[in-house]
Amino acid sequence: MTGQMSPEHAPDGTGHQPVEMNDADGQPIGHGLPALPPDEPIKNPGLPVHTWRPTDVDPAMEKRAERQIAALFGLSAVCGVLFVVAYFNVGENETVIGLGAQTVALGSSLGGALLLIGIGIIQWARKLMADHEIVEMRHPARSSDEDREATLAQLSQGAEESGIGRRPLVRNSLLGAVTVLLAPAVVLFRDLGPTNAQVTEAGDYPGAGLEHTVWDRGVRVVRDVVGTPIRPSDLEIGDLVNAEPETIFAVDEDGEPLLEGVPLQVAKSKGAVVLTRMDPADNTPGEGREDWDVDGILCYSKICTHVGCPISLNERKTQHLLCPCHQSTFDLADSAKVIFGPAARALPQLPLMVDEEGYLVAQSDFREPVGPSYWERDSDASTTEIE
Amino acid sequence: MRHVNGWTNRWAGRLSRHRRRPIAGAVLLLLGLVLTGSMYAVFAPAQAGSTDSNEELVREGRALFLVGCSTCHGVNGEGIDTVNGNQLGPPLAGVGAAAVDFQVGTGRMPMAQPGQQNPVKPQVYDQDEIDALAAFVASLAPGPAVPDEADYSTADLSEEERVEAIARGGLIFRTNCTACHNFAGNGGAMPRGGYAPDLSQTEARYIYEAMLTGPGNMDNFSDGNLSPEEKRDVIAYLYSLREQPAYGGFTLGGLGPVSEGLFAWVVGIGAMVGFAIWIAAHTTRSTRQKDGQAA
Amino acid sequence: MSIDTSKVADSNTTAATAKKPNRAGAAATWADDRLGLATMMKKNLRKVFPDHWSFMLGEVALWSFVVLLLSGVFLTFWYVPSMGEVHYEGSYDPLRGVEMSEAYASSLKLSFDVRGGLLMRQMHHWAAMLFIAAMMIHLLRVFFTGAHRKPRELNWVIGCLLLLLGTLEGFTGYSLPDDLLSGTGIRAADGFLKASPVVGSYMSFFLFGGEFPGDAIIPRFYTIHVLLIPGLLLALITAHMLLLVYHKHTQWPGPGRTEHNVVGYPMLPVYAAKAGGFFFIVFGVTALMGGLLSINPVWLFGPYDPSKVTAGSQPDWYMGWPDGLLRIMPGWESHIFGHTISWNVMVPILLVPPLMLTILILLPFLESWITGDKRDHHLLQRPRNAPTRTAVMVSLMTFYGLSWAAGGNDLIAITFDLSINQITYFMRVAVFLGPALAFIITKRWCISLQRKDEEVLLHGYETGIIMRSPEGGYSERHLPISEARAFTMTARDRDPDLAELQSGEDGVDANGLEPKRSPLAGIRRRLQTTMYADNIQKPTAEELEAAHHHAEHEHELQAAMEGVSADGHQFDGHHLVEEETLRGDH
Repeated sequence: MTGQMSPEHAPDGTGHQPVEMNDADGQPIGHGLPALPPDEPIKNPGLPVHTWRPTDVDPAMEKRAERQIAALFGLSAVCGVLFVVAYFNVGENETVIGLGAQTVALGSSLGGALLLIGIGIIQWARKLMADHEIVEMRHPARSSDEDREATLAQLSQGAEESGIGRRPLVRNSLLGAVTVLLAPAVVLFRDLGPTNAQVTEAGDYPGAGLEHTVWDRGVRVVRDVVGTPIRPSDLEIGDLVNAEPETIFAVDEDGEPLLEGVPLQVAKSKGAVVLTRMDPADNTPGEGREDWDVDGILCYSKICTHVGCPISLNERKTQHLLCPCHQSTFDLADSAKVIFGPAARALPQLPLMVDEEGYLVAQSDFREPVGPSYWERDSDASTTEIE
Repeated sequence: MRHVNGWTNRWAGRLSRHRRRPIAGAVLLLLGLVLTGSMYAVFAPAQAGSTDSNEELVREGRALFLVGCSTCHGVNGEGIDTVNGNQLGPPLAGVGAAAVDFQVGTGRMPMAQPGQQNPVKPQVYDQDEIDALAAFVASLAPGPAVPDEADYSTADLSEEERVEAIARGGLIFRTNCTACHNFAGNGGAMPRGGYAPDLSQTEARYIYEAMLTGPGNMDNFSDGNLSPEEKRDVIAYLYSLREQPAYGGFTLGGLGPVSEGLFAWVVGIGAMVGFAIWIAAHTTRSTRQKDGQAA
Repeated sequence: MSIDTSKVADSNTTAATAKKPNRAGAAATWADDRLGLATMMKKNLRKVFPDHWSFMLGEVALWSFVVLLLSGVFLTFWYVPSMGEVHYEGSYDPLRGVEMSEAYASSLKLSFDVRGGLLMRQMHHWAAMLFIAAMMIHLLRVFFTGAHRKPRELNWVIGCLLLLLGTLEGFTGYSLPDDLLSGTGIRAADGFLKASPVVGSYMSFFLFGGEFPGDAIIPRFYTIHVLLIPGLLLALITAHMLLLVYHKHTQWPGPGRTEHNVVGYPMLPVYAAKAGGFFFIVFGVTALMGGLLSINPVWLFGPYDPSKVTAGSQPDWYMGWPDGLLRIMPGWESHIFGHTISWNVMVPILLVPPLMLTILILLPFLESWITGDKRDHHLLQRPRNAPTRTAVMVSLMTFYGLSWAAGGNDLIAITFDLSINQITYFMRVAVFLGPALAFIITKRWCISLQRKDEEVLLHGYETGIIMRSPEGGYSERHLPISEARAFTMTARDRDPDLAELQSGEDGVDANGLEPKRSPLAGIRRRLQTTMYADNIQKPTAEELEAAHHHAEHEHELQAAMEGVSADGHQFDGHHLVEEETLRGDH
C-alpha cells in the first residue's frame, strides 16, 4: 500500500498525528518502483469506533464470566486429581470399551486438565481483559544511514588498527591455517566406520563385504525362525518358504551360537532368501541357470535390489514376488526379473542342490552382490559371471 | 547336528520369573476348560464315520457338486479351460477337503464372478452340505483333510506353553505372513487390484485351512513348510491380538503411518485450527456504552 | 540499528496503578539492579500483535515443539539407545523371550512397564506429526498472503531450514524404537545412501559403522535426535522469533491499518494470555490424542530383523512424498564402466527433495527479482490478489500432494478397490500434468475472484431482492457495500504497469541504440508478463464514481416500483430491522 496512500490521509482513528515514515535519505519508503497512480478510490476511514462487550457494560455478565472462568480452572484441577488417581489405580491390562484403560485414563485426564486451563485463560482474555486494539508505529527494518556510516567507520577503523589490509602476510597465513584446520575436523570422522574394501579384506565374519554373503557351497537352506533344514519332498507346488542360511542358527561345541551381534545381523540382512516350489514346466531358467533349481524349487535373495526391503509378498498363481515398500515386482518363474516398479535389477538367484543327507543346500554364494545398488557395483560383470 | 531349535534353550526358566499378577484365576479357568474339552473328546461320538456313511456323503456331495460347481470345475472336478487358455475353474483333484471347507465355508465359492480377488461372501451351503462337497472332492484324489479342532487349539497347553506358543507364533507370523497381511493381520494390497484379506475376524479353522491349501494367490504353507504346531502357534498369536486391549487407544484401522498421518492432519491440525479460529474470533458486542466513557 | 523513536504506542486503557513498595516490587527492583530488564521490557511488554486465526498456525508449531521437548525428556529417562541384544523379559507376553535390541526392549518397557510411558510415547509422536504439519500450514499461510516479502525473506529462509530440520528430527526419532517398521525405514535409508554416486558405499559404511545394520546406528541417531538437531532447532526458532519481534507482525488491511502501523492487542495482557492459553490447548489436544489415538504400536511390529517386513511399511507422513516418488519412479539404472548409477533412487530421493527445498527457499527472492519490487511490505495480500504467486504454490502443493498420495498407493488400492499398478501408472503422468493443471485453474480462479471483487466494489452486493418492472422485466437489486469493507477491498497494491516496468529494459536507449538483451532479461520479461498481464486491477476513483452515479440512477428508477419501505437491508445485518417491516403499511 505504500505509495498508493500517502500518510496524510491515513488517520488511524486514535487521535495520533500520523508519523511520516521516511528513509534517512528523505525518500518516502517504497521508492524504486515506477510511481503508482495516486488515484486511490477510497479513503482510509480510520479505526472503527470501539464497541463494548456485554461483560464490559453489564456487571451481572461480568460476574457470570468470572464464575465461568473460575469453574473451568476448578474442573481442570479435578482432572489433575483424576490423573493422580488413575496413575495409582488403573492397571495396564484393564480395559475400557476394548481400549487400554491406563493410557486412556491418563491421557484424558491430563488432556482435560490442560485444555480446561487453556480454555479458561482464553475466555479470560476474550471476556474480561481490556480489548482495546492499540496502534504501534512500525519502523523500517534497515538502520538509519547515520548508523550505517558509523558502523562502517568503526569497521574500517578496526580493520585499519588491526592492519588486516596492510599485512597480507599475516592475514593470509591466518586464513591458510584456519583452512588447514578443516582437515583435522574432517579427518577426525574417518573412524566412523571401515570402508567396504576394508571390511571385505579383513573378513572378520563370514560373508563380510557387499560382494559376499554367508552362503557358500554346501550351506543348508533352513526355515527362518525355527532353523530346520528342508528336504525337497517337504515342499508342495505353491509353497513359499522364508528361509535363511543354516549358519545363522549354527552353534559351536558349547552350544553357543556361532554368529552373534553384528555378524548375525549382517548375515541375516544379506543371507535371507525365499524358497519357492513351482511346476518345473512353469519355470524359464536363465542362461546358465538350468541346474540351479531342484525339481522346480528355486531360491532367490529376499533383499530387494531397489533399496533393500525384504520381499516376500508372493502371488502363487503368477509367481510374482512383490516388495511391500515400493511395489517392485519380480517374476520368480523368469529369473526374478523386474516386471513392475522402481527396481532395476532382478533378484539374485542362489543355485541349489541337494546334499548327501537329502537336504537343500547352496551350490555356492550368490553370483552377484545382493541388495541395493551402489556405485562400485559392477553389474555387467557380475550378472554374466558363472563360476 | 548343529541345528538347534533354540526355543527350549532360550526360554528355559525365564517364564516363571516375571509374573505381573496372580494368574491363579486364569489357570483355574483354563484347567476347567481343558477338563471339559478332554471329557468331550472322550465321550463324543467318533468323528470318522464308517465307510458306508462316507460313501453316502460322497454321493450327496457329488449331487451338490453337479448342480453348483461343475459348470466351472467340470463334472468330475477336472477343471475347464476357456478358449483363450485361461482356466474357468481349476482342476480339483488333490486340493483336498480342507480347500473345499475353506472356499465354500468362507463363502468364497461359489464365485460370483471371476476376477483378481475372490472376496468373502455369506455362505451359500450349510455345514452339512459343505462336508458332503468336501467328501466328494477329497474322494477325487488324496489331499489335505479338514483340520481337527485339536490341530489349532491351544486349550490343552499349560499357561506357560501357551505364552511360549504365542510368542513363537508371533515370530512365525512376522516372518511369513505380515508381508502381505500386515503387522496386525489387517490385510494389505497385492498387485493388480488384489489384496491379502483382513484376518481379524477369520475363524481359526479357516486360517489353518488357508495356510494348508494356499487359496487364491496365497502361498501354500504345507506341513513340510510350516509344521502343524507352527500353524497352531500362528493362530494362537492372531487370537491373542484379538484378545489384547488396544493399549494405545483407538487403533485407527491398524494400517500404520498412513492412517496416523491422516489423523494428525484431520483431527490434530483440524482441532488446532478450530481453536485458533475461536481464539481470534470477535466476541459478542453490546450496543451499550460503558458509563462515563466514550468509546 | 535505528533508534526506535517513531513508536507511538497508544494506551487508552487505564494507567497502571502506582507502584507500591510491596514484596513483588522489591524483587523486581533487586532483579533490575542487576539485569537492567526494565529498559528492554518497557519496549516489549505492550508490543502490539494483530489478531487473526491464521497468525496462530506458527504458534501451533512452536507449542508442539515445547511439548516435544517435555515429553522427549521424559522418554530419555527410560529409553536405552543401544543395539545390544537381549531377550525380552518384560510384561508384554506375546514377545516374551524374543531376541531384540535394548533399544526396542526399552521402548516396550516404556509402553508397558512405565505408567504413563505409553501416553508420553504417543504424545511425543503425535506432537512430532503436528509440529511438522503446523510448520507446513504456517509456511503456506505466509506465502499465500505475501508475508515472505521484504523485509522478511530471511525469516522465510529460517522457516524453510526449520522444516528441513524438523523432518530430519522426525526421521531419526521414527528410527529409534528399533521396531520392524523403523528398521525398515533405516534399511531404505541405507539404500538411499548407497545410491549416491561415487561416495555411496562409503557414506553407508561410515553411518552404520561398517556393514548394514551394524550396531552403531541407533546410538548415533540418538545423539543426533536428542542433542544436535534439537539444539539447531532451538537456535533457529529463537532467531525466527527475534526477527518476528523486530519486524513486527504483518497485518491484514482494514480501516485504520496502514503499511506504517500495526494494530492489535498489546503483548501484556491480551496477547500473552491468548498465546499462553493456546499453549495449554495445544498441549491438551496432544495429550488427548496421545491418550485416545494409538500411534506406532511398536509391540505389534516386533523387533527389527533385516529379513522381515510388514505390509504397510511406510514412513511418517512428512517423508511420504519422497517415498511416493520412489514408488512411481521407473526402474532406471545405468551401468557404465563397471559402475552403477541408480537413477531410480537418486532422482526421487537425492535430487528432487533437495531441489524442492531450494525452490522453496528461493521463492521470495525469485519473486522480488521478477517483480523488481524492493519495498517493505507489512500489509498482507489476499491470495486472489497475487494470482500467479498463489497458482505457483498451489501447483507445488499439487505436486507434493500427488507424490504423497503415491506414497500411500497400497492403502489407496485396498481402500478404494483399485489396482496398485494402475495407480502407479496414473501417478507417473499425474505428477507432471497435475501441477500444470493446478496452476492454470488456480490462476484463472483467482482472477475471477478479482473480477467478483471489482463487481462488488462497482455495483454493490447482491441483495437477493428481485424487482419487477412495470414492463415485466426482472432485475436483482444491488446495494453498495459498507465503506469499511470497500476500503479493505481496495487496500491493495495496483500491479505495476507492464509497459512502464519493461520500458527501460528493451526499448531504444537514449542514444537510439538497440540495447543488449541478455537472455536472462528476456526470461524476466516473460515472467513479469505471466505475473501481471491478466490480473484485474482495483477500480480507480473515477471508475468508482461513475459506477456509483449509475447505481443511484438505477435506484431512482427502481424506487418507483417499490411501494414498500424495505430497502433490502433487512437481512444483511447492515442495520436493525425492528423499526422496519418488509411490506409497507398500505
